[in-house]
Amino acid sequence: MQPRSRTHRRAADATIRVIMVPAALIGIAVLAWILWEVIVRGVGAITPAFFTELPTPPGMEGGGLGNAILGTALMTLAATVLGAPIGLLAGIFLAEFGPSSRIATAVRFTTNLLMGTPSIIIGIFVYAILVLPIGHFSGWAGAAALATLILPVVMRTTEDMLNLVPDELRESGLALGAPRWRVTLGIIFRAAKTGLVTGVLLAVARVSGETAPLLFTALNSFYWPQSFGEPTANLTVTIFNYAMSPYSDWQQKAWGASLLITVSVLVVAVLARFVIKDRKGRAA
Amino acid sequence: MVERYAIAPGAPGNASRDQSRPDAIFKWLTAGCSMVVILIMAGILFELVRNSGMALKEFGFSFLTSDAWNPGMGEFGAASSVYGTLVSTAIAMVIAVPLSIIIAVFLVEVARPRVSRFIGGAIELLAAVPSIIYGMWGLFVFAALMQNHVQPFLGNRLGALPLFQGPPMGIGMLTAGLILALMVLPFITAVTRDVLMMVPPVLKESAHGVGSTMWEAVRFVSLKYGRRGIVGAVFLGFGRALGETMAVTFVIGNSHRISASLFSAGNTIASSLANEFNEASEPIYLSSLFALALVLFGITLAFQTIAHHWVARMQRIEAGDR
Repeated sequence: MQPRSRTHRRAADATIRVIMVPAALIGIAVLAWILWEVIVRGVGAITPAFFTELPTPPGMEGGGLGNAILGTALMTLAATVLGAPIGLLAGIFLAEFGPSSRIATAVRFTTNLLMGTPSIIIGIFVYAILVLPIGHFSGWAGAAALATLILPVVMRTTEDMLNLVPDELRESGLALGAPRWRVTLGIIFRAAKTGLVTGVLLAVARVSGETAPLLFTALNSFYWPQSFGEPTANLTVTIFNYAMSPYSDWQQKAWGASLLITVSVLVVAVLARFVIKDRKGRAA
Repeated sequence: MVERYAIAPGAPGNASRDQSRPDAIFKWLTAGCSMVVILIMAGILFELVRNSGMALKEFGFSFLTSDAWNPGMGEFGAASSVYGTLVSTAIAMVIAVPLSIIIAVFLVEVARPRVSRFIGGAIELLAAVPSIIYGMWGLFVFAALMQNHVQPFLGNRLGALPLFQGPPMGIGMLTAGLILALMVLPFITAVTRDVLMMVPPVLKESAHGVGSTMWEAVRFVSLKYGRRGIVGAVFLGFGRALGETMAVTFVIGNSHRISASLFSAGNTIASSLANEFNEASEPIYLSSLFALALVLFGITLAFQTIAHHWVARMQRIEAGDR
């Protein structure tokens, strides 16, 4: 380190301190700005009909996005039912059976890779295995793509949450003569319950706002979801289509849908973070 | 890491046989579930390679180097999309990395706990906002700001550089890069903040004890101590920016032309896929889009593997130091 004058060093420190405050304010300002625009532009679209009615043909006023709201809810639910149990069991393997085994290390690395894979690639993969061979888009393909996104996130949070459970609990359970599966599911899972539920919720919140994986799988539809065997309406692809349309009524509906998605995702995120922080604080 | 169970399942003298069998089933069940991720990754690679076969056979290596993209003529090349992906990511990282580190230092070293929690919470929420919302905001709100204020300003001041020439359209490469910067900022900030908080107080106190200013203590002690975590965070942000789809698709303008100006419309691999995949009617068109997806998958895989090994190597070197 070059020796430098006291004034020089003080000046560098002061400069950084001055830059810091506006830098930190950018974070809040952008969040506030996005929320403000979404609320102001979207609130006008939120009427009872928005939740209960089908979309109207282009250029015609009125109607709603009831089908897309229901479709997003159903596909997210199906994705959770498909992805979360596998993720929980796989997380058990990583935390309980293989903290340092070679297979677990490989699985952990692959899980990170899958988490880092762009969601549009997941959409294309599901298109190749579930849409191309069958010949049409479907709600099942959409749910499968979302489940693929949920899986690695649930695996990671499950492993983290199980690692927070003290080993004494495991040892006490085993010492009582309980087999491992009962110790894991009956004791360890119960001890980590809140954290596990939160992890799943966070993953679900994240995928419920995803668009890219649904573009080539669920596509979209103007009708009520009848079965998952056909293209299924959903909010995010609707936002994309409506926002790019020239009709001001559609653009307004896109803002309404944005408001709905943003509010629900942020509410879950706030609740989940609150619970996770609380748990980590207590376990430490 | 401590081995969780000292006694191996089914070991003699341990549990009786009928107890160890359900346990063995349980273990294999969980192991089987964890294999699903490996299966999925292998499946993605297999399907992308299989479906892009036609395009790769037709164009060969020139698929990567050609910037032709004429669906009508059956000519396809990845160069403009790869260029756009790398340039928009580079803009995002150049802005987001220093900004995130400065914000993290502010949160840990300068701000009062209450202020720090509030700002930190807001930045974490920014990470939870879905990317299509960034797209809506970017297209209808931010692009107007770019068109009316930022781009004319840059054009007037720095118009001599080819980077800032051309009409201010609002959308384009620069807008996409800035939105990406906002999207990766919360990730890098959050991890850097956690890393800085884990620096042992005694190290920081020693720095202050020999007369360091706050910034010197951060720069020469905290950032050095936590560099492995921070490098990991930067890689994480980079990976996200490379594959981000919806926000970019809304604001980049979707043109398959390589242009020196950051004001002009461009595209990225992800935005091309989002726009064109459902329109691809010809088999060679679809195959070329699969090839494009393969290129993106390859870039992110290579990138993450390098990041993983780099961080592991830094860990080994640091372990050797002490």
